[in-house]
Amino acid sequence: MSVLFAVVFYVAALCLVGGVGYRIYDYARTPAPLVIPTTPAPTTKGGVALRITREVVFFESLFKGSLWTWGFAMLFHGGLALVLMRHLRYFTEPVWGWVDLVQPFGIYAGMVMAVGLLGLWGRRLFVDRVRYISTPSDHLMLALLILIAISGLSMKFLDHVDIIGVKAFFLGLMAFDWQPLPSTNGLLYVHLSLVATLMIIFPFSKLLHAPGLFFSPTRVMPDNPREKRHIAPWAAKMEVEK
Amino acid sequence: MAAEITAPPYRVIPIIPSIKPGAMEGLKPFVASDKIQEALGFPGELVEDWEERAIAKMGELLKKYRSLKVYLDACVHCGACSDKCHYFIGTQDPKNMPVARQDLLRSVYRRYFTIPGKLFPKLVGARDLTREVLDEWYSYYHQCSECRRCSVFCPYGIDTAEVTMAAREILDSVGYGQKYANEIIGKVHKIGNNLGLPGPALTDTLEGLEEDVKEDTGIDIRFPLDVKGAEVLLITPSADFFAEPHIDSLVGYAKVFHAAGISWTLSSKASEGGNFGLFIGSYDQLRQIALRIREAALELGVKRIVVGECGHAWRVAYSFWNTLTGIGDGADPNDRFAIQLQKQLDQRYKQPSHICEVTWDLIQKQAITLDPEANDHYVVTFHDSCNVARASRMGDMPGGQFEIPRNIIRAAANKFVDMNEATIMEKTFCCGGGGGLLTDDLMDLRVKGALPRMEALKEVVEKDGVNFMAAICAICKTQFTKVLPYYGFNMRMIGGVHQLVSNAIRLGDK
Repeated sequence: MSVLFAVVFYVAALCLVGGVGYRIYDYARTPAPLVIPTTPAPTTKGGVALRITREVVFFESLFKGSLWTWGFAMLFHGGLALVLMRHLRYFTEPVWGWVDLVQPFGIYAGMVMAVGLLGLWGRRLFVDRVRYISTPSDHLMLALLILIAISGLSMKFLDHVDIIGVKAFFLGLMAFDWQPLPSTNGLLYVHLSLVATLMIIFPFSKLLHAPGLFFSPTRVMPDNPREKRHIAPWAAKMEVEK
Repeated sequence: MAAEITAPPYRVIPIIPSIKPGAMEGLKPFVASDKIQEALGFPGELVEDWEERAIAKMGELLKKYRSLKVYLDACVHCGACSDKCHYFIGTQDPKNMPVARQDLLRSVYRRYFTIPGKLFPKLVGARDLTREVLDEWYSYYHQCSECRRCSVFCPYGIDTAEVTMAAREILDSVGYGQKYANEIIGKVHKIGNNLGLPGPALTDTLEGLEEDVKEDTGIDIRFPLDVKGAEVLLITPSADFFAEPHIDSLVGYAKVFHAAGISWTLSSKASEGGNFGLFIGSYDQLRQIALRIREAALELGVKRIVVGECGHAWRVAYSFWNTLTGIGDGADPNDRFAIQLQKQLDQRYKQPSHICEVTWDLIQKQAITLDPEANDHYVVTFHDSCNVARASRMGDMPGGQFEIPRNIIRAAANKFVDMNEATIMEKTFCCGGGGGLLTDDLMDLRVKGALPRMEALKEVVEKDGVNFMAAICAICKTQFTKVLPYYGFNMRMIGGVHQLVSNAIRLGDK
């Protein structure tokens, strides 16, 4: 079992890093030939950085668009962020100070995250417009995330696992010095399998919205077309041909 | 098509409408004839191997446009955009929800360009490109006015206009173009403007206008054409030359230049500000049409280029002219193409400038004087045109595109109120006729799409007695002139900002 999970996590990590890395490279090399920020837009790069920060941290546009979705999305993503921070303790030795501080919040964050996900799923089920646009994969993605949250929380509240053993396993993976995965109960295996699944499908799914935002021309382009000539390489060629 | 077109009922409170699947299914604007298509270098009719060629074209566009690539990947189906489109609100057809409209193309993208779509099409909502899908594209990508309202609310800034443009480009490339837009582009190339007004007719029209204005004001206001060495080249939508109420704004521009003593000229070569290349998503057409303005500017030796009241024309001018033609500033010193023109232009002024920027600047410098009492018979409101509001700017500050026209209106009229804040500025609703849909064969859609704007207008009509809605877009003006009566309003309620300026400006005795 330990060997199996070790292999699975190497594959998953490779998939995640390689897949997302490739996507980023692909987005970055594709030109944006015209200046198309959604205006009013900042006119400088600094302003754009602020706009993107507001989008990433506060979901500014979504706030304007739908308060309910914004609320649930904030709960989920905020919760997820804290949970991820809490989990850093499995990958660092000694554990960083701020990760230590986050620990107690991480547990509540797990619950908050699950509430957010249920809320988002509720919209998908009960709002006719959102139900109409939902594909099976949209539902499955939510199911996957909720199961990850529930299996994780269960190990805290129902059936403890040997977390020191888990940590040793992951530190071992990172050092290429394999350690056994504690064979306690099924929950841990479920949790880890689901997380590996998520890592593998990330670069092939709508989870690309995360890197996508940083390449969205309507958000990341400064509004300065009169002040600076912007031309894509393939468009510049048209001028030479003339 | 419905035999009789009626406006949908107003919503009691602006509630989000429930969906009515299939409400607008099969609606199709006229397809372009082989002659129209071939004049633009597109296949005359649907080609044999359309499926292959459509997919190849999609692949090409995915390499050329980062917007398309990112937007087809990033959508999470959150639904924030789902109630934001005026065509959805007016028709309740779920495929008019921005996300569903994108999905018509996205589903095919997934099938042919992504691994999950190739392996598990059902699971991720991927579809083969069948004739039904192609027809659905034609129908629903001609029910989008590319107004970008959805992009304001999308957490990733996904702009359905970019997707619609790509879809229309694919349709054109397989010989399935729209008559209205493509016919007009043909006219620009052949005659010089969208309305097909030839040079001599333009000269006549302008001479007639000079006589009319002289009769009205007793003052010789010029409407110069092809004057070499004029300071300003004015590029305006050709509707301004003869359509009502557009022409009243043209008179307004002329009076502003006259009163400020600025020499100006129109160009018979570039007698059109509109650029329908934008609507069909073709960079090549966009560029070819814009190049006429570059050529006119170089020939006439003008120092400034000013754009009249036209929404999408201002988007193209403000956002794209520098890219397409070098009209602007900040070109690389080695960029000989752009430098040639940028040296000629007077860079103390913004290039290009909107006529509203020019007028507001002159008002502030007290180079012109307005008497707002002249418009006391009006209670004015302002309709922000989508392309100006969400795809351009005026002045130095973001949001100047909202402030400057309003400042001019306040200077030209004493009574001004804004409509509901959820329907103005960056959240403004499209008039319902933009993006290449301003054609009689889409009248039903145009009337329905105007619903949210008409609701907001009704509110200020009842509350504040508004009787004049100013706009700075030729399409908005034409669309509202047609559509207002369906909602029980007088068609003459719509007019231009410079129509108000024209009424209020002090001429002669300064």
